[in-house]
Amino acid sequence: MSQPAAEPVTHPSEQSQTRRLWLVELTPSQGSEDRRARELAGDAADLHLTNDLRVRTARGFLLEGDLDEHSVEGITRELLVEPVVEEAAWRRVDEASGDAEDPRVVYVLPRPGVTDPEAESVLKELRSHGLAIDALRTCRRYEFDHPRDEVRRIATRLLVNDAIEQVVYGDLVLRTLRHAGTTDFELRHVPIRTADDARLAGISRDGGLSLSNEEMRAIRDHFLGLERDPTDIELETIAQTWSEHCSHKTLAGRIEYRDESGTRQFRNMLRETIFAATETVRARAGDGDWCVSVFRDNAGIVDFDGETCLTFKVETHNRPSAIEPYGGANTGIGGVIRDTLGTGLGARPVCNTNVFCFAPVDTPVESLPPGVLHPRRIMKSVVSGVRDYGNRMGIPTVNGAVFFDPRYVGNPLVFCGNVGLIPRKFVAKQPHPGDLIVTIGGRTGRDGIHGATFSSAELTEHSEVTSGGAVQIGNAITEKMVADVLLQARDSGLYHAVTDCGAGGFSSAVGEMGESLGAEVWLERAPLKYEGLSYTEIWISEAQERMVLAVPESAWEKFEELCASESVEATVIGRFERTGRLRLTYEGQTVGELEMDFLHNGRPEVVRRAVWSAPAPDNLDSERFRKIDPEKSLLKILASGNVASKHWIIRQYDHEVLGGSVIKPLVGAANDGPSDAAVIRPRLASRRGVVIACGMNPYYGDFDPGLMAASAIDEAVRNCVAVGANPARIAILDNFCWGATDRPETLGALVRAALACQELAVQLGTPFISGKDSLHNEFSYTGDDGQRRTIGIPSTLLISAMGQIADVAKCVTMDFKAAGNRIFLIGVTRNELGGSHLHLVNDLPGGTAPTVDGDRARETFAAVHRAIDSGLVRACHDLSEGGLAVAAAEMAFAGNLGAEIDLAPVRVDGDLMTAGSEGESRLVRLFSESNSRFLCEIALENAEKFNECFGSESVADVGFVRGGNRLTFTDAGHPVLDISLNELKAAWLGTLDWN
Amino acid sequence: MTTTPKVLILRSPGTNCEMETAHAFELAGGDPEFLHVNRLVESPEAIDEYQILCIPGGFSYGDDVGAGKILASQFRNHLRDAVERFRDAGKLVLGICNGFQVLIKTGFLVPLDHGGLPVTLTWNNNGRYTCRWVTLKSGKGPCVFTRGLDVVYLPVAHAEGRFVTRDAEIMANLQSSGRVALRYVNDDGSNGNVPFPANPNGSDGHVAGICDESGRVFGLMPHPERHVDRTHHPRWTREVLSRTPDGLGIFRNAIRWFE
Repeated sequence: MSQPAAEPVTHPSEQSQTRRLWLVELTPSQGSEDRRARELAGDAADLHLTNDLRVRTARGFLLEGDLDEHSVEGITRELLVEPVVEEAAWRRVDEASGDAEDPRVVYVLPRPGVTDPEAESVLKELRSHGLAIDALRTCRRYEFDHPRDEVRRIATRLLVNDAIEQVVYGDLVLRTLRHAGTTDFELRHVPIRTADDARLAGISRDGGLSLSNEEMRAIRDHFLGLERDPTDIELETIAQTWSEHCSHKTLAGRIEYRDESGTRQFRNMLRETIFAATETVRARAGDGDWCVSVFRDNAGIVDFDGETCLTFKVETHNRPSAIEPYGGANTGIGGVIRDTLGTGLGARPVCNTNVFCFAPVDTPVESLPPGVLHPRRIMKSVVSGVRDYGNRMGIPTVNGAVFFDPRYVGNPLVFCGNVGLIPRKFVAKQPHPGDLIVTIGGRTGRDGIHGATFSSAELTEHSEVTSGGAVQIGNAITEKMVADVLLQARDSGLYHAVTDCGAGGFSSAVGEMGESLGAEVWLERAPLKYEGLSYTEIWISEAQERMVLAVPESAWEKFEELCASESVEATVIGRFERTGRLRLTYEGQTVGELEMDFLHNGRPEVVRRAVWSAPAPDNLDSERFRKIDPEKSLLKILASGNVASKHWIIRQYDHEVLGGSVIKPLVGAANDGPSDAAVIRPRLASRRGVVIACGMNPYYGDFDPGLMAASAIDEAVRNCVAVGANPARIAILDNFCWGATDRPETLGALVRAALACQELAVQLGTPFISGKDSLHNEFSYTGDDGQRRTIGIPSTLLISAMGQIADVAKCVTMDFKAAGNRIFLIGVTRNELGGSHLHLVNDLPGGTAPTVDGDRARETFAAVHRAIDSGLVRACHDLSEGGLAVAAAEMAFAGNLGAEIDLAPVRVDGDLMTAGSEGESRLVRLFSESNSRFLCEIALENAEKFNECFGSESVADVGFVRGGNRLTFTDAGHPVLDISLNELKAAWLGTLDWN
Repeated sequence: MTTTPKVLILRSPGTNCEMETAHAFELAGGDPEFLHVNRLVESPEAIDEYQILCIPGGFSYGDDVGAGKILASQFRNHLRDAVERFRDAGKLVLGICNGFQVLIKTGFLVPLDHGGLPVTLTWNNNGRYTCRWVTLKSGKGPCVFTRGLDVVYLPVAHAEGRFVTRDAEIMANLQSSGRVALRYVNDDGSNGNVPFPANPNGSDGHVAGICDESGRVFGLMPHPERHVDRTHHPRWTREVLSRTPDGLGIFRNAIRWFE
């Protein structure tokens, strides 16, 4: 049996004379269900471990201190046990029981140093009652009714994530929860001046610095000039600052790009494409420019109602989520909420968004590469992680999407977004010389050491082992408490600047805030979760829920008092000073001193090569295409993972907290139809609404990343417009998740997407206001045959859109409302089935991916908005995956009203009819995924007025809401499809209807 | 009383429905103020300034150990006398969602007996956090907050909302004394067999909210503050709705008590 070394959750208090270690175990009482056991049985069946899991579970608390049995009983009865439904037992575990070891019993504990929020809460509460408790941890016990080797297999696959948990088989005997000891201070220098290239590479690799040889050489030359070697903390600081995660050196760097129209040199690719689009849009808007701060702060800021502004940011947390999906997603949402809190002088978070990419949930277990968690387990854990953080923070999660593709198997993508509200007077910040550097919130531990550099490296099957330290566990309530005091302090004017501690920890936060000034940091002052951290670990730790502020000395007393009044820890760790230098000290000794200029501008410029050439087109097998059955295809598309109802996820998220919900993610007669976008009122006293939507389609990217980018923008914008957003006030965000961009082809695909973004954003007048990229999303492993293999994700661009609506009473939803109403199709249909869901479910390659006619799209969006704003539209739904057929089906079953649609009047682009036979032309009209299209339901008396909103070439009266229970498609009287709403809805609801 | 009733909206680490709850009280004609539990523990007599105490929804102290348990422990250890005095002075106490969990676990709604707490709110039958709208029917009992209400439509959003009693007798007593102020019913208003999702958590007796013997202390799992505007209703774009949003009635009843 292994003897785990455990640590307490906080500093141990003074030594107790009679220290004992107790285990309190809580089991479901007779007649109460063992909920955890049921959950595990389901998971075991999911993973094909066993269909008959026999286990009993208990939750436990380990308490160490001067505690006799009487006080343990008191604690248990007063606080730990849930009355009525649980029974409690307690025993000492610091002495061997002498009982025979039971091989069927498994204990799972958080690893030492891993955040244990529940233990922290209980410890605080018990200490407030004056109880002498030194340390406390949670644990779980599982008692299996399976043979020993099976227990081991189940435990490893099901119970434990090695990155954060440890397992004890048999009897639990622990001497102490207290931490082993402290490390002595020792200043370390890294001999870099004499290092050759091989040695430089070794230093970068061994230190986990993820620095290239060019960068290492620049560092060596810098220190040769200083005539000294760097200390370890200096090297780490440079690595963090120069990391892809913090500096975006690839995309914001020099690129030589070549495509069919020649070669182009970028000095800063993002600036010359994405930012440039925003500059054009802003310049064109003139006095009507409603962007406030773009690409500068932790989130983009736009005007909302003159007095207040909106902030929006979407982050990725892919690497941590691959290794520990719960913690990764948990801290992903926690991190992006801190971005909002750290924007301007602090914005108030008002809603969350979440988009995930996974391998299909029915991926066979035996086909998984080594070291990879099953996508179903990843998905369940990611959803739980987002749920537990977002719900606890009390921020509604209102919009999202899930996308499945086998290439995400080793690299799931987790996008977390947050919208904030900030008074206009608080949008700017600047630390002043002499301001104190103050950290508030969580304490610093060993969590997430090397997150910034790790997220810039490729994953391998060993990642789970080598990067355990990169995993963080969040504590949402700590962050909620931070948010509560931060906004009060902001309103009282108690600080000059704030930013969040994200990747790179204090190193990045202080480095960024002090960039134009200079700073001195006293590392020993940082409050620690436990002793034994080196000065470097303190500096780069990515422990969660910490914010860094610039507090003027005159305001410190008030600031500290405010924090203390709500039990939030605030600590001075340094001072901003006009030195142009970053000076780090530990107990009075200087351990690092770097020039801000070298840190932020010393990174050598590298010219990266990027090439785009169109992939050789796959020929569409017209024989097979002709044989496609439209009815089966429609049902299959509705049941496909990307389209199928996400109610299992949505209902686990609180999407109504904060009381501003207007259009919910699920709408319609039975509150279960798929809304195009969410609408909230962030100011309860106002009728003005914020509209949130997204667009993404990696399948188009396999054809042309430019078409994928344009389609994603079109989709995000039209989703907003469909519920009533004014297209003249939609701001968008980019999130590029790509493979290894050191391959010119991969980088070329990204540049092509960025160029398409620029073009369409300008045409639509939708400014990009912020963005984020995540590169090197590839997974390498050694196959059974000994061959090294790499799986790269499909190039994935998420576009998130934030619209506005002046009066939420004008919003419309996508469900059919009343029998007798007419149905209009807006927009032009082309033969654009490349990358479509029709092809996906029929396993057909080839075809042409959807294009966007930007000028026409802008006119269409404006016209749809006019119609909605004039109150002419009863229902509106955008056409996306599955085209007209899927949109009509969703509107019908959401409204529980049958409809009849004629394909003959559908406006088509000229050459469509020459595409082939009548049957083929019908398939195109039913399932094409051409962009910029909507299906609208209009009351008979408004049909004419509605028609007048559009040019005749882009509007078609295609049918009517008939009522009843069937959806019928005809083509000039010829029957094409006739299917019951029940069947359609069952297909759509069933796929992800998990227990 | 002619002055506007003052409402104490209690904040604690993890409370997160305080803003919309204050907004609902304002719409109903009350004068809400926020107070952090740390302030109240420091000076429990501060409570006497108010007419209504509301413990709003959220995850007080992360719901660690169990929903509402740590805040309930604070109430039991520091605020029991103050709250009892408040209640006995004819004032009102409302616990919404997490606030209901706190009121249950303090014993303010159903007092402890020889066997400890006779009732609790525990994990939903489906084992997870669930956010959806439910139809409720009010009972004919002493509850001040649900007077004159019949069928109400509100959202629930919780993981630990299943009301259970230690034995059938306790449930029978609650029912016969009219203390079951809100029950989950089917969407057509019928009761008897109320399966998931109409009863979203599997509560015994389909209990969604109960009051104490005085009718002045009331706790409920659904969120009335999330249905105080026409556009809160999930089907406001398709249905003809009653003039007063259902949740607002509960807050108006509280304010009217002092008229």
